[in-house]
Amino acid sequence: MERDDLIVNESYALNAKHDEAAGKQIRKKLYAVTVLLTVITIIEVFMGVAFKRNGTFAWETIKLTFLVLTLVKAAYIVLIFMHLGDERKNLKYVVLLPYAIFIMYLIFIGLYEGVSVQEGHNIFG
Amino acid sequence: MSGQSEHVTKDELWDGNRSPFSVSYGKMMMWFFLVSDALTFSGLLTAYGVIRHGSSDLWPVGEQVFEALPGLHGSYPLMYVALMTFILIISSVTMVLAVEAGHRMDKKGVVKWLGYTIIGGFIFLGSQAWEWSHFIHGSGGGFQVNQPLTVAAADDAGNTYQISLDNGTWVHMSSDFGHKYEHAMELAEEPVAHDEHGGHGEHASAETHEDISTMVPEEVVLNKYTLEHKDGKDLRKLIVKGEDAKKIWASMEPGSMAFGANMHKNEYAIQQQYANFFFFVTGFHGFHVFTGVLINVIVWLMAVKGVFEARGHYEMIEKIGLYWHFVDLVWVFVFTFFYLI
Repeated sequence: MERDDLIVNESYALNAKHDEAAGKQIRKKLYAVTVLLTVITIIEVFMGVAFKRNGTFAWETIKLTFLVLTLVKAAYIVLIFMHLGDERKNLKYVVLLPYAIFIMYLIFIGLYEGVSVQEGHNIFG
Repeated sequence: MSGQSEHVTKDELWDGNRSPFSVSYGKMMMWFFLVSDALTFSGLLTAYGVIRHGSSDLWPVGEQVFEALPGLHGSYPLMYVALMTFILIISSVTMVLAVEAGHRMDKKGVVKWLGYTIIGGFIFLGSQAWEWSHFIHGSGGGFQVNQPLTVAAADDAGNTYQISLDNGTWVHMSSDFGHKYEHAMELAEEPVAHDEHGGHGEHASAETHEDISTMVPEEVVLNKYTLEHKDGKDLRKLIVKGEDAKKIWASMEPGSMAFGANMHKNEYAIQQQYANFFFFVTGFHGFHVFTGVLINVIVWLMAVKGVFEARGHYEMIEKIGLYWHFVDLVWVFVFTFFYLI
């Protein structure tokens, strides 16, 4: 059987080679993403230390900010570092859609259940 | 780095003889594996969310539990885990630079950047070992009170509050006293064991002179890992001194004392699930890092030997790169849910 890692075919990522000039451009982008991820992490830590969790509106907003910042970081890691942004559109969908559908459902039922249990504690002690 | 620039018709794409995704079999399967692994981690983190939402007790606050740095005393909230996160992000960057070098068929570049990635992985693993060790040993220990009490407690700024402690409330010892007491307890539990080993006998009996029944803490800490509010003020790490501290000490629920954390008991929270989820999720992630480092080392050796040079492409670096970035990706979420929120 033919080994697919030996196939030399224009359609494969194996042939995604570039020269030094293109490499320079790519590295510039990577360094920019590095700086961005580092800055976001520093902001997150600063917020984690500075703001108190107290169930008020402000804390709920901060919690939401944490989630948004985390998703931004995740998007940059997946699209730039893992090169998913450079892949064919069909591969992007095959990877991201099943995951997104399952996980949104899981989070929905999970948190719904958790909140119900909490309410049960509040009512029945 | 592939398909986007190509222009192929739908028929060409799906009629066979080529990958419709324009990726090799190995890379596609790595993506599918990562999707399934991501679902596993999401399941764990969601389970953590369910337990936390469903809990009616106070949940420990990340920046109060994780505030130590190796070799230093004092409070450095979240600094250590921020450092760990930074290390993992940087090792992700060196990995993507190795992939880039592979695309230029630059063997020296691949070996260099992949080498840095491996070093970053080892540093992260070591950091996590320290983090676990700190979490397991705890900082002073705590116990529950067995009757309702009202005590005077002071915060950092010197404000004094009258605090009512319910039956079963967790209070904590200062780390100095806690560690001394734990040590004395261990000695008291095994007084004769040392005698069998000759010279140790004298030493042990000399140390047991510090009788644990007479040890009394000078201060007790309230809300060491949690945060409560009263009249718009944060009540965290309140110090109880003098007679009130003795009163709390005398009301200790027998057998409730816990030092650090294990699978049955922990000093951080009433909920054992907090420690168990911490162990399981960070442990599962750490195991991924460990296997990632192992795979990186193997591929690094192959790169040094020139296997990929002979093969004509460095796609293997891309595949293990995907796995390594995924490990970083998971940590981004673990960091948010266990330490920040």
